[in-house]
Amino acid sequence: MLDTLRTLFLTALHAFHRRATVRYPEQKPYLPPRYRGRIILSRDPDGAERCVACSLCAVACPVDCISLQKTEADGRWYPEYFRINFSRCIFCGLCEEACPTYAIQLTPDFEMGEYARSNLVYEKEDLLISGTGKYPDYSFYAVTGIPVPGKARGTAERERPPVDLHSLLP
Amino acid sequence: MTYPAILTIILTPVVLLGLATVLTWVERRLLGLWQDRHGPDRVGPGGMLQAVADGTKILFKQDWVPPFADRGVFVAAPAIGMMTVLLSFAAIPVTTRAGIAGDMNVGLLFILGMMGLGVYSVVLAGWSSNSKYALLGGMRAAAQMISYEVFMGLSLLGVVMMAGSFSLRDIVAAQAGLWFIVPQCLGFGVFMLAGIAETHRLPFDLPEGENELGAGFHTEYSGMKFGMFFISEYAGIVLVSCLVTTLYLGGWRGPWLPAGVWFALKTCCVVVFFILLRAGLPRPRYDQLMALGWKVLLPLSLFNVMATGTILMLRASL
Repeated sequence: MLDTLRTLFLTALHAFHRRATVRYPEQKPYLPPRYRGRIILSRDPDGAERCVACSLCAVACPVDCISLQKTEADGRWYPEYFRINFSRCIFCGLCEEACPTYAIQLTPDFEMGEYARSNLVYEKEDLLISGTGKYPDYSFYAVTGIPVPGKARGTAERERPPVDLHSLLP
Repeated sequence: MTYPAILTIILTPVVLLGLATVLTWVERRLLGLWQDRHGPDRVGPGGMLQAVADGTKILFKQDWVPPFADRGVFVAAPAIGMMTVLLSFAAIPVTTRAGIAGDMNVGLLFILGMMGLGVYSVVLAGWSSNSKYALLGGMRAAAQMISYEVFMGLSLLGVVMMAGSFSLRDIVAAQAGLWFIVPQCLGFGVFMLAGIAETHRLPFDLPEGENELGAGFHTEYSGMKFGMFFISEYAGIVLVSCLVTTLYLGGWRGPWLPAGVWFALKTCCVVVFFILLRAGLPRPRYDQLMALGWKVLLPLSLFNVMATGTILMLRASL
């Protein structure tokens, strides 16, 4: 009996507590930087696309919402098209974890409602942003051993020159 | 019949239905307040028009009768519930003059009788729906409401003995010196609990316990027929609050403010308390509910009757 009255009293006291919810469209909640929202494709610091079309994100995706096709230009790999079907995407972030080049990233934005389902299929130009996303200094081709125009084999960061197999000198 | 009487008769249901509709919004806002949420605050200022929006929606919904239901009874059941609740209000005296039949010499018995008839609404709804959950809900409702009717009547006996009348206006008049909540505090407690059970409100809403019965007796109802159950439930809350005000809180009595305002204020406080009960308390198990009724409330109300009678007799003989 006393417990019941105490419960009622404590419940009534909640009238003076701060409300846990926010009035959403007017008052936006704080979303941390690593919030898993709309997926983007980021660029290198020098403005080139980071994505190398390795398809690891598409493999990792549990709902198969990522579709892409590789193409090559000047020794670099690019996605010919890169398509994310957001009507299927579950925003699990596995694609971001699978990405070896930090190209695919999830952002703190979730306001992507559409009236037509087909509008939820984002193409590469919808996904590509002009910035570097969460990793401002990272450039895949600057650290990888793959030679590209302007960067010969063995000149990447922390990479030694290749060993000359025909020489016996140490 | 005089002109003001007809006006009162027309006005009472209109006000009541409006009140019951607005109460759905008030309840949701208050629950939100006590649960650290905002509640519906989008439609109109502070969400006040939410009830209107809900009403519009429910009116435009398909009015569907399941093919397996007993059609006639199915349609009649919500109407019975609505009717009994609205009729009960006839005997409520709002002020010394206002109210349809506040002077009726069996006013209290009339209200108890109407509440008893209200059981038919849920029982018939559960029966005619021809579905398991609805039947179980209707059965629970019947058992709960009939058993709680007993203590409700018994708990009111003390008030009737002290006032010496079944007329609600006389009962309020008898509270001139002291509100009956003080000498009849036991009866008040029992009546509150019985009132909650009678309107099958949370925490005693076992007839519609969502977690086990779907929606209980109104599982198969949709559209405005469901809406009528809903409205009559809220009107039932207002009714029990009015009764508590009239029987225990001195009705329209109070200083400074006009009588009608006092009545409305007290009733509102009781309604808010009802909503607070919903916000704070969990639903008991069904056997706990029945045990509380027969093992605690029945002896308590009998004791109350006995004690009141003894004291009154002693006082009369002195």
